[in-house]
Amino acid sequence: MDLKPLFEPRTMAVFGVSANNYRHPANEIFNKNLLRYPVAVYGINPRGGTINGQSIHRNISEVPEEIDMAVIAVRADLVPEVITECIKAKVRSAVVISGGFAEVGRGDLQERVVAIAKEAEFPFVGPNCLGLYVPSRVDTFFLPGERMVNPVVGNVSFVSQSGGILVDQMIKFTNEGVGLAKAISIGNKALLGELDLLDYFTTDPATKVIAFYIEGFGGNEGRRFVLKAEKCGKPVVVLKTGKSPGGSKAVSSHTASLAGDYASFSAVLSQYNIVEAVNELELISFCESLSAYAKPIEGRVGIVTVSGGHGAVAVDVCAARGLLVPGLPENIREDLCKNLSPSVQDIATLTNPIDLTGSGIDEDFVATVRSFCSMEDIDCVLALLLPYIPGITSDLGAKLGGIARQCGKPLIAYVPNVEKYAMLIEGFTLNGSPVAHSIEGAVLMVDALRRNRP
Amino acid sequence: MIDSRSEINRIIEAARADGWVLEPDAKRIFTIAGFDVPRFTTARTPEEAIRFAGEIGYPVVAKVISPRILHKSDVGGVAVGIADAGGLAEAFRRFQGLEGFLGMIVEEMVSGIELILGAKIDFQFGPMILLGMGGTGVEIYKDVALRMAPISEKDALAMIEGLKAHRLLTGYRGAERVDLKMLTVTLLSFASLVMELSEGIESIDINPLLCSSRHCFVADARIILQKE
Repeated sequence: MDLKPLFEPRTMAVFGVSANNYRHPANEIFNKNLLRYPVAVYGINPRGGTINGQSIHRNISEVPEEIDMAVIAVRADLVPEVITECIKAKVRSAVVISGGFAEVGRGDLQERVVAIAKEAEFPFVGPNCLGLYVPSRVDTFFLPGERMVNPVVGNVSFVSQSGGILVDQMIKFTNEGVGLAKAISIGNKALLGELDLLDYFTTDPATKVIAFYIEGFGGNEGRRFVLKAEKCGKPVVVLKTGKSPGGSKAVSSHTASLAGDYASFSAVLSQYNIVEAVNELELISFCESLSAYAKPIEGRVGIVTVSGGHGAVAVDVCAARGLLVPGLPENIREDLCKNLSPSVQDIATLTNPIDLTGSGIDEDFVATVRSFCSMEDIDCVLALLLPYIPGITSDLGAKLGGIARQCGKPLIAYVPNVEKYAMLIEGFTLNGSPVAHSIEGAVLMVDALRRNRP
Repeated sequence: MIDSRSEINRIIEAARADGWVLEPDAKRIFTIAGFDVPRFTTARTPEEAIRFAGEIGYPVVAKVISPRILHKSDVGGVAVGIADAGGLAEAFRRFQGLEGFLGMIVEEMVSGIELILGAKIDFQFGPMILLGMGGTGVEIYKDVALRMAPISEKDALAMIEGLKAHRLLTGYRGAERVDLKMLTVTLLSFASLVMELSEGIESIDINPLLCSSRHCFVADARIILQKE
């Protein structure tokens, strides 16, 4: 099934808009697409009327154009009929926002919709979902635009079983500066599920990282997912919930007890080199660094800082995750020492982590990162910056980012998330180096590169 | 091969009513599939037990056979290191008092490190293979490696190396080492057997799998069948 009409619609019909209930979710969807997105949008309601100065069509057959995507926000029991009308009117795809299907015990109603759609090879998302969001293109979320945060445009595409989690993560991604290509909530995933979206994003040129929030797979669906993900050629990050065993299922064998649902899930993901994020911080950090660097590393980290404490914290997190912090050979140390500013030469600690001390200046960082770049034993650089010290300027981000770009090694920075350091942070990100807002987050970014084996 | 496959199917079908394949039959399946199993007999009387022990020599292991007892150790249904006919008769008498008693396994004593080799048909991922440190403490130590089957030789090696107790297998502090090549081969043939059997089974425990520098024995096994 062709999913392009869903993600790149030129025309859109919203079923369920109301001439008098301005709070109806369908109205929100209609209005935001009418006012903010480059898509021709038509409202449908058998009762007619007008919405936002546009007349509401009584039937999809009255719409003068062929429709790429229908957004259906009508009562659940009306959905089979609406889908049938859409198919008859040659609509090319649909998002079913309405709830009231399998999630409330109406699996029969859901199966009817699936049967109708399957027969006509009609792709639809949902039911019981928010649908999709493509920056500057289309948005089927019924959330008022002014309540949402505008995501940063980027190359991570996010598929979520839960609409709430999706929106929440989009806001957190934005706060951390992680760019979004496309976002989709698949709800009950009655027809289109993780596998279909994995296929779509595998070939989508705008997507470099594919992230999933998964509650559970259907029978054998997990097996098909990992086999596909392994071959898709792009980093796949998965956040799984439902880790605790539901109730006390009686288990008769040791193996069944030890290989519980989540233990199996987690083991299989790592067997197939899919990066599992165990919490939100991991999800955001992994997506951010993999969207900057797709090439895997072995995980031999060179750390530079102006605070011995920061270096020590980073080394601890590295050790806990099996990342190595190799020592500096004598010749590198001597060369580096010569290149440091005179006030730093005698007091800096020139082991790995390198502590430039509070007297460090931009040029000392530059010299150190150049040294790391020249070392074969180091395949990733971690710069822990404390912009409080007087020698660091706002230009340092761009300087270090540029050097890393030239030498081809991933550089990850830690900068506290404070408004006034924005220019320093942007200097890194505009040069393609991700910035974490905690030391742990920075090490997680390194770990993602080690765990990713596309 | 066709014959052995149909023999395995026959054993599994015969066990459907109990819901699981008891140790003697499970071992028959593993024997047919080419695994090493210690010499054993199923004795219905103390005399049969004593006769067999006389043939293979003491000490021996005795284990209860009962469709009602899934975990034999939990109910005192295992006696190891039985040194003579008196001890064997005594074990037989004791097992007779256990629920669902059908007979007794008499088996040669084999040595080695206790591992668990298991399989589970997972709802989301299908056949899964588990390798871990075995014995009665298996669910306490939880030192296991899990993979989706089929597995490659590389996966098998990674499973072995992934165990926390890995060093115990390679001759830790002068102890006898496990033949890792043999263990790898055992893992791989187990995984392919599981792929073949996956229809109709729920899980398999080989616990313990007794491994040393000379052998990898299926010392106990049960196959839990899917509920129909």
